[in-house]
Amino acid sequence: MLAQQQIDPSTPTMGQNQQMSIHLENNLKVKVSDVAVYYGDKQALFGIDLDIYKNQVTALIGPSGCGKSTFLRCINRMNDTIESCRVTGSIEIDGVNISDRSVDVVELRSRIGIVFQKANPFPKSIYDNVSYGPRIHGLAKDRQHLDHIVESSLERAGLWKEVSDRLDEPGTGLSGGQQQRLCIARTIAVGPDVILMDEPCSALDPIATAKIEELMDELRQNFTIIIVTHSMQQAARVSQKTAFFHLGKLVECGETEQIFTNPQDSRTQDYITGRIG
Amino acid sequence: MNTIFIILALVAFSIPAIVSYRWRHSIRLVANPKVELFVRVLLILSSLIAVITTVGIVLSLLFESIRFFNLVSPLEFLTSTVWSPQTALRGDQVGGSGVFGSLPLLAGTMLISAIAMTVAVPVGLFAAIYLAEYATPRFRNWAKPALEILAGVPTVVYGFFAALTVAPILRETGTVLGLDIASESALAAGSVMGIMIIPFVSSLSDDVIRAVPRSLRDASLGLGATQSETIRQVVLPAALPGIVSAVLLAASRAIGETMIVVMAAGLAAKLTANPLEAVTTVTVQIVTLLVGDQEFDSAKTLAAFALGLLLFCVTLTLNFIAFKVVQRYREQYD
Repeated sequence: MLAQQQIDPSTPTMGQNQQMSIHLENNLKVKVSDVAVYYGDKQALFGIDLDIYKNQVTALIGPSGCGKSTFLRCINRMNDTIESCRVTGSIEIDGVNISDRSVDVVELRSRIGIVFQKANPFPKSIYDNVSYGPRIHGLAKDRQHLDHIVESSLERAGLWKEVSDRLDEPGTGLSGGQQQRLCIARTIAVGPDVILMDEPCSALDPIATAKIEELMDELRQNFTIIIVTHSMQQAARVSQKTAFFHLGKLVECGETEQIFTNPQDSRTQDYITGRIG
Repeated sequence: MNTIFIILALVAFSIPAIVSYRWRHSIRLVANPKVELFVRVLLILSSLIAVITTVGIVLSLLFESIRFFNLVSPLEFLTSTVWSPQTALRGDQVGGSGVFGSLPLLAGTMLISAIAMTVAVPVGLFAAIYLAEYATPRFRNWAKPALEILAGVPTVVYGFFAALTVAPILRETGTVLGLDIASESALAAGSVMGIMIIPFVSSLSDDVIRAVPRSLRDASLGLGATQSETIRQVVLPAALPGIVSAVLLAASRAIGETMIVVMAAGLAAKLTANPLEAVTTVTVQIVTLLVGDQEFDSAKTLAAFALGLLLFCVTLTLNFIAFKVVQRYREQYD
């Protein structure tokens, strides 16, 4: 179990500053310290330190091949599925190190959902796509409860109105944007607290993209969202925090507004103005 | 040494082709219509040969069967439970009248094939799942070819393996257990045939399982499914059409298999569902009917064609059923 860190912010003996820092710490969802990733002999990520906070959208930007997706896949240990991949360092979620042996990777992934670059609905009906997660985790008490989970997940993914009359049709028959929202609904249905998104809009047209961006803004009320994106406009639109990766290193991380208006590192400056990448 | 000669010969033969090609093309750079036509005709002819052969075989089966059915009624052929293929050489011969009921042969074929499939499908499918999903690449690299060697063993070897090794073992085990197992039991022939067709199931299933896109596995694993849940609920349904056709291919192979049953199954046509008894199959009887000196217009010889046609129809029906199953249950990924 990944236990929530319990710190009471209203402890009377604490001063104002201490309270502030504890408040921040209390909102800390993911703490990444000194993470390095190797594919065989090749090192893909070097000493990443990054704090990710609750109810925020954190955007990971950087040129292709800089390790953003690799980093994202470390957070729910999807890299375990790649034979030659090795991850060092520590990633703490709610204060629990996820690479600890006591952590059940299946449970971890049910709490850290992931949405992939290319919409990958199962070749099953829309209903079965969404109910897949709740079913394998035994979340629904009965059919009625399952129906409810499916409906509310589709509702939250902004897809319910479009598909409510054809839940039996295959999910692969939807349009690209709908498929991606179906994948988001499928992820939400398991009840995660963190949603990882790996370039979720890269294959979508601007209208579908706008819908998903809108959705992200709503979802962050309840979830912590980490998104990898190639579009700096998208990062600027949807995120509160932005982290810039370059050649496997985390170059700079800060408030999105600050990164885009007043970057501290010259490489960040070069990237956002289009000189590298 | 031989290989070198072949290579040299190939090179020698291709020199004129290359020279003429270069010569033509040094004159005209546009695609040569004659070459295009030649290639096209060659390809059409090649595909026609396959089609024409098939049609020819089916027609000859059909015509010879019609001749057979002029001598023996189709009703008897399809419904009689007695198979006793004798024809009188002289009019006054005793016991000269034969009965051509194909049911016991068909039942025998089905029994042995069912035993073979019971062995081959689970073993082959599980082996394929292991190879495709769990095995390390290193293990896979030698295990898959090793498994495919099974398909390269001549069936006659399987035949005497079944007759001389498996059947006696089964009979002795039966004696210990107090069971009466015939020395040419359906069980012996069927289980050895099952071993033979394992690679048909496993190799093809392995290919289709591996063809299921990684993104589907990632999606399932990303939702917190375990590996076995992912395989059962995502990978296998997506690979089902391919697996069904692999199983079907194996089944046709089992039904048409001859050598093992000639050696290990019996000759007595008995209508039974007991795998411990001796049964005979359609293929065995075709062999028996045609071996030796035969007149080509006796019912006995023509019966072989009718049996062949029957076998062909069974396989065709099986194909059709599988096609429908696949259409109905396929989960299309793209």
